[in-house]
Amino acid sequence: MANAKGNLRSDLGRVRGLGSAKEGVRHWWVQRVTAIALIPLSLWFVAGIVFLIDVDRATAIQWLGSPVTLGLMSLFLIALIYHTVLGLQVVIEDYIHSHAVKLTLLLAIQFAGWGLAAAGIIAMLLITIYGG
Amino acid sequence: MASHPRPIAPHLQIYRPQLTSITSILHRITGIFLSLGVLPLIYWLVAAATSTEAFDQAQALAGSIIGRTLLFFWTGAFFYHLLNGIRHLAWDAGWGYELTTAYRTGWTVFIGTVILTIAAWALGYWARGNV
Repeated sequence: MANAKGNLRSDLGRVRGLGSAKEGVRHWWVQRVTAIALIPLSLWFVAGIVFLIDVDRATAIQWLGSPVTLGLMSLFLIALIYHTVLGLQVVIEDYIHSHAVKLTLLLAIQFAGWGLAAAGIIAMLLITIYGG
Repeated sequence: MASHPRPIAPHLQIYRPQLTSITSILHRITGIFLSLGVLPLIYWLVAAATSTEAFDQAQALAGSIIGRTLLFFWTGAFFYHLLNGIRHLAWDAGWGYELTTAYRTGWTVFIGTVILTIAAWALGYWARGNV
């Protein structure tokens, strides 16, 4: 059956080989959403951490232990790690061509990333609740 | 297969570096380097939640020569990735593709990175003596 352009090839035949239509849009979109979220969150984090050079634990916990810090730090860690995992995923997909190695690394960054996020948020909860 | 040849990536061995290609690969390099910074960040938070000894050890590591050097480069990588990331978001919104604009924003990213990195460290050392 001819398509609109009078070409005898089917629509499916035309798009085959042109690239994936799986979940690239979601990846692209979440990378941007987390990037935008990280603009204020990462600046807040750096502005806070800059004042903690060489301080003792009691001073650090004064800042870390407030509920506002708990909330912003949790949001920062989630956005940061989501953004990091998505970014590393693209790098791995670009440079690693062995399917087994690629799959292993993709799983590893997911598990390591979200494990680290959980550890960071639990640490923040403990500091806020128990004062460290 | 498609009837037209697909675009291919430039062959890096014969591709003359230019500001636009340098800023592009630096975005990826700083991104990978910043990813590694997640590890000490979480270690530092866990140490703060654990004990005074653990936190003192984390602060001593951060304050060592190697610690400070790494933190300095992480600060630079952070501001570069932040500023160039904003440049990328502007491109996503359809702004800044003209060659002169791309070069102007590229240089702005470099200069801004240097200024903000020095400012952050100056603020840190000033606060260290005053808080």
